[in-house]
Amino acid sequence: MELDKSADRPSPIEFRLDPASGVPTYLQLVQQVEQALRMGWLAEGDRLPRVREVVAGLAINPNTVLKAYRELEHRGLAAGRRGQGTFVRGMPAGVVPLRERAALRRGLLDWMRSARAAGLDEGGMVAVFEDALRDLREGRDGVVA
Amino acid sequence: MATDTVIDCGGIGKRYRRSWALRDCHLAVPAGHVVALVGPNGAGKTTLLSLAAGLTLPSEGAMTVLGDQLPGSPRALDRIGFVAQNAALYPGLPVRDLLAIGRHLNRRWDDARARDHLDGLGIPLERKYGRLSGGQQAQVSLALALAKRPELLLLDEPLAALDPLARHDFMSALLTAVAEDGLSVVFSSHAVNELEQSCDYLVVLAGGRVQVSGEVDDLLADHRMLTGPTAEADAVAERLPVVRDRRAGAQSHLLVRTGGVDAPVSGGWRQQRIGLEELVLAYLREPAASALPGPRGAVRPNQKVLS
Repeated sequence: MELDKSADRPSPIEFRLDPASGVPTYLQLVQQVEQALRMGWLAEGDRLPRVREVVAGLAINPNTVLKAYRELEHRGLAAGRRGQGTFVRGMPAGVVPLRERAALRRGLLDWMRSARAAGLDEGGMVAVFEDALRDLREGRDGVVA
Repeated sequence: MATDTVIDCGGIGKRYRRSWALRDCHLAVPAGHVVALVGPNGAGKTTLLSLAAGLTLPSEGAMTVLGDQLPGSPRALDRIGFVAQNAALYPGLPVRDLLAIGRHLNRRWDDARARDHLDGLGIPLERKYGRLSGGQQAQVSLALALAKRPELLLLDEPLAALDPLARHDFMSALLTAVAEDGLSVVFSSHAVNELEQSCDYLVVLAGGRVQVSGEVDDLLADHRMLTGPTAEADAVAERLPVVRDRRAGAQSHLLVRTGGVDAPVSGGWRQQRIGLEELVLAYLREPAASALPGPRGAVRPNQKVLS
């Protein structure tokens, strides 16, 4: 029998549910895996929690977990191995290496400090960020005065 | 398992003295689901479960369970577990003796499984059933029902008397059994806000008839809440089956069935998908509206007002 250490290790993540979010349960699981990949909590080859464990922990329907894992497979992020579980296979789009990510975060923090010094509160910062993000998306990023 | 339906009845009825608990009840529940049975008190939920368990006989029509089995037949009894409301077991007997009774009264019995279940929850086998907490009593009846390794488990209001933590633990144990054994479950419940997590098939009973029946994902995909100008509400209601219609002077909310696509309405209308709780409450408030498979499933706006 082929030995696979990753199959025996517990999954690095554990799911939680937010019943008030209005997001369907299976999608919450999908989003938490994507988030864990972005944060570096999950890496390629890691095992996702077993269906039975998720069901026992959250008291949710097994089909919901299976649906979430199918969706992750469909998105190319996970793959099932017969009798062993579901494993991380890829990264979601828009993920950068941890070091680069940390540098970007520092830059953003610098910006936030200067924004606060200029008198902007948190809501104001979010508004400026979202506004700038919209410009970027619509290709108007070069014309900001 | 070659069984394709766990409960199948066409036009079944059950009369107690002069009043009908179920009448003209059509239902075909496919195997492999966790089915929530919902409805107001007196809608016929307990009667339906008792008929499926073989505890009572229909006054008219016939029901089959697990494919073509007659409820109450030896083969059906072997393969069906039933937990009655308040799960009344002998309060003076220790849990160990309840297990012994189950072992002797059932042809299929997995004693180790029941013990593991109770050990895992720290429920002492020497303790008398009547001295356990409500949550522990519920777990004992679940452990007994699962020890039969049933293919279909029927539970009547299993959550009614439990505190939130005990409800969570109960559903966790129940759904873990579903994950491990692939058994089908039908349970009645008033905890409408907790169903979306646990059930994947919904049956709503109203006045002894089936009002809604279907897979939860299909039902949710089939409905849209439309919010828009009251002046255009009549025009929308003419084109789409309306489940629930709430109109104020300027603004209206119409819950409509769209067949799984967005409703063809003008830009003045906002359409949203709704959750299971909102869907169930809407149907409970509108007993004349229905969502059923096949041609019987069609609702027309003008049918809704007649009851």
